[in-house]
Amino acid sequence: MNPVLEVSDLRTHFFAFGGTRVVKAVDGVSFDLRAGETLGLVGESGSGKTTTCLSIVGLLPRGARIVGGSVRFEGEELTTKSQRQLRRIRGRQIAVILQDPMASLNPLFTIFRQVAEPAFFHKQLRGRSLRERVHQLLRAVRIPSPEWRMREYPHQMSGGMRQRIVGAIALAGGPRLVIADEPTTNLDVTIQAQYLDLLKDIQKETGVALIFVTHNLGIVAKMCDRVAVMYAGKIVEQAPVRELWNAPRHPYTRALLGSMPKLGNKEPLYSIPGQPPNLATLPAGCPFHPRCSEALDRCATEAPGEFHRDGGVARCWLLDGKTEAGARRG
Amino acid sequence: MADLVLEVRGLKKHFSGRQGLFGRAAGVVKAVDGVDFAVRQGETLGIIGESGCGKTTTSKLILLQETPTEGSIAFEGRDVADLRGADLMAYRRAVQVVFQDPFSSLSPRMRVVDIIGEPLEIHTDLSRAAIRERVGAVLELVGLAADMAPLFPHEFSGGQRQRIAIARALATDTRLIVLDEPVSALDVSVRAQIINQLEHLQRALGVSYLFIGHDLATVAHISHRIAVMYLGKIVETAESDALCARPMHPYTKALFAAALPSHPDDPPQERAIAGEVPSAMNLPSGCRFHPRCPMAMPQCSEIEPALRARDGGGLVACHLY
Repeated sequence: MNPVLEVSDLRTHFFAFGGTRVVKAVDGVSFDLRAGETLGLVGESGSGKTTTCLSIVGLLPRGARIVGGSVRFEGEELTTKSQRQLRRIRGRQIAVILQDPMASLNPLFTIFRQVAEPAFFHKQLRGRSLRERVHQLLRAVRIPSPEWRMREYPHQMSGGMRQRIVGAIALAGGPRLVIADEPTTNLDVTIQAQYLDLLKDIQKETGVALIFVTHNLGIVAKMCDRVAVMYAGKIVEQAPVRELWNAPRHPYTRALLGSMPKLGNKEPLYSIPGQPPNLATLPAGCPFHPRCSEALDRCATEAPGEFHRDGGVARCWLLDGKTEAGARRG
Repeated sequence: MADLVLEVRGLKKHFSGRQGLFGRAAGVVKAVDGVDFAVRQGETLGIIGESGCGKTTTSKLILLQETPTEGSIAFEGRDVADLRGADLMAYRRAVQVVFQDPFSSLSPRMRVVDIIGEPLEIHTDLSRAAIRERVGAVLELVGLAADMAPLFPHEFSGGQRQRIAIARALATDTRLIVLDEPVSALDVSVRAQIINQLEHLQRALGVSYLFIGHDLATVAHISHRIAVMYLGKIVETAESDALCARPMHPYTKALFAAALPSHPDDPPQERAIAGEVPSAMNLPSGCRFHPRCPMAMPQCSEIEPALRARDGGGLVACHLY
């Protein structure tokens, strides 16, 4: 089976001050995704996870440009398409769910109008069939009494319901790929659990591929088949979710897992020293080396390439067979 | 008990809701509706609940930002409603707060030395030089360097700002810190730093914490005891370990079911409970949780359950027990 999405060596840079300052927000990211599969894109703020997603759908802010690599969606190259061509794909084959549902809904339009829009434009539905489609979508995201709710405005709904409306809009065009960027950050825990269960059900029914952008490893453990851990614009480790938990290869992954509070365990958490890096002033060598407890001498000078190990990939010199054990620093 | 720092009895806060242009009185929001708890010296009490459960109103009542409709708050044996003048100042000195978002809780126009020094200027008669020295000392206490004092907040990252907020809370002779979701706005790798720092400070200084949060794993990690709130009431309270080992109230169970797994092989939780927290303006009759409760019985919609002793210590308010 061919992958739905193939991202290879994607590079997106931000240019400031007339191109004199370049920030490499996404710096050589590769992954692919099959139908019905869920990829978790994990990282801290500024790691490039959101920019990666915006690059895929061509919604980059001003000043940011894809400077290399390719994004193939069902075999078609997206990076060379015009905005006009992309508009036909976005909302129809690829849908995006953003973090803040209030910001992605228009407060002046009824729920009906907003949920109907993709079906109106992409599927040319009108009149009664459009109403029925909206009805069906609202039921699919478990909105109670949809015929009544669709006449309402976003402010009349709770946060959890708004996020489900955004989910209905995402599904309206019958997408093959849904990119969800931290969709549950603003929701209460029980509402978050409801929403995650809902996304899983919808995925089972429709076979849609999901990219889940999050900083929450618990969500990844619950939702994802594979994980890509991002740090400073690069994927530092990618593996099937169980592999990653059972045998994390990159020290950053190990540190992230260790810093997660676990129920019923009161031992001190592993705390990663220092702060997430500033992309404008990255250290030489491996960008994680100043915070890494296992750094070698060469980590400060040479950036590690990718090392493949049993189904996973990690960028770390510790995995290089040629690195001698004696070269470890203090 | 001698080592009781804070004791809250029958605390209620009702807001009168108003509707329309001219503010017709329309119903009462019972934000906090009869809450009892106590915090001992050197202990962390975690309050957990979803938005609208009254946890933030409770913290405002303790910080004297709101006056209670009913009930009392006693600090070290004295009712805070009776405090006046110097005693009131002493209370404000002893009870401090750290908010969720360190990007909005620190004034961008003040230097760190002034942010941390302000409570000292108000509450003590220390000289400028002595204040400066004290600021340096608390900065080092929270893991920052004393020479960072002249900098402005924008020069710090989120985790460092939260450390500054903690330093400010510790500057006076603080005995209780209200921590209102102090790590929710921080990056994951930094959260662990702050939690460890808070635990370390508590051991070193014997300060008590009231830790308000919605993430079960975080609250359970830092707290000695936990109170679970739902719509203005405590529905269950117990030692943290006992609560995690055996949650009894259906709402507590629902929170555990909604908690995210820490490993992909963790047994899948039963499905999350349906529905959302109802408006505090028209509360369900009987037990407030009954419309969402999977175990609800006929009597639940009629009689409000009282808190009773639960197995393994603690209290639970549910007709099942």
